[in-house]
Amino acid sequence: MEMSLFAIMVSTILVNNYVFARFLGICPFLGVSNKMETATGMGFAVTFVTTLASIITYIIQNTILNTLGLQYLQTIVFILVIASLVQFVELALKKISPGLYSAMGVFLPLITTNCMVLGVAILNIQEGFTLLQTTVNAVGASLGFFLALILISALREKMDIADIPEALAGFPITLIAAGLMSIAFTGFAGLV
Amino acid sequence: MIGMCSVLAITNTVENSLGMSAAVIAVLLLSNIVISTIRKFIPSKIRIPIFIVVIATFVTMVQMFMNAYAQSLYQSLGIFIPLIVVNCLILARAESFASKNGVFLSAMDGLAMGLGYTVAVVALGAVREILGSGSFLGMNLFGENFQAAAVFVSPAGAFILLGILIGIFNVTIKSKATN
Repeated sequence: MEMSLFAIMVSTILVNNYVFARFLGICPFLGVSNKMETATGMGFAVTFVTTLASIITYIIQNTILNTLGLQYLQTIVFILVIASLVQFVELALKKISPGLYSAMGVFLPLITTNCMVLGVAILNIQEGFTLLQTTVNAVGASLGFFLALILISALREKMDIADIPEALAGFPITLIAAGLMSIAFTGFAGLV
Repeated sequence: MIGMCSVLAITNTVENSLGMSAAVIAVLLLSNIVISTIRKFIPSKIRIPIFIVVIATFVTMVQMFMNAYAQSLYQSLGIFIPLIVVNCLILARAESFASKNGVFLSAMDGLAMGLGYTVAVVALGAVREILGSGSFLGMNLFGENFQAAAVFVSPAGAFILLGILIGIFNVTIKSKATN
């Protein structure tokens, strides 16, 4: 399967957006999208961790698990890598860049249970990507997540002041808005 | 409002919903039992990584079991079986219940939570399958000429339908409370 890097990028951001088409990363998508500011922080943190985690898990899969025939340990190893990576990034940021830490620090612990990070890591292996393709796919996936998060948080800020039926206020209307957005995103199908 | 990803993704048919529920119940029950058994030996500082390892072990077992005995289900659930690891529901029960209570109570809690998950997931799966493909568990309900609304099987339909179901749920709770 030879796919150009550009095609992978466009495909993961728009056509197969991980939030709207693959249902990965829904928890933070619904949880931290009530304000534009927090959404941006979360977006940056996720982009950073997903990209790093994809590269590291790719290397581990190909150097350790495949050579030793331990593929069945994939889930356990990957989740441990992600959990410790998140912890490590948090410590490193605190030391190196306090400004950046205060901007995205609170979101870092939440990322361990963001299924997109693990999902992207596993999908990269399943698709049989090379290291370069893996990196591009991870960046594209996170940018797609970022885009979805920004769009929905901008909408929610507007919906806060709108007159919404009481039963639908909060989560339900957000889900319905996400559904409509998902329909809009199917318009990109056939782009790649 | 937790464990959303898998709920939205695998409820396109009743069969997938049931399969996913079975996997979640198994993992929830077994991990609750193990965690409550070893809860006195777990240092509180590194409890979360330990919980995750226990959960990931059972998820891997379920995954291999499904691959061996339910191949078609394994293929249609795909990536969402390993993703049970990051289902917040399981970690939340380990953290808030199994790490504080005895083995028997934790097993009951795992079973009850799993059944609650099953009810929600199967309900959503049934509505999506009936509206989206006009069938139930693969059986055709409305005959050949029925035009199914394919949108309900697609991701967009999942979002919208879940929103509407929660809305209905809110209304019923409210009318009960005022009575």
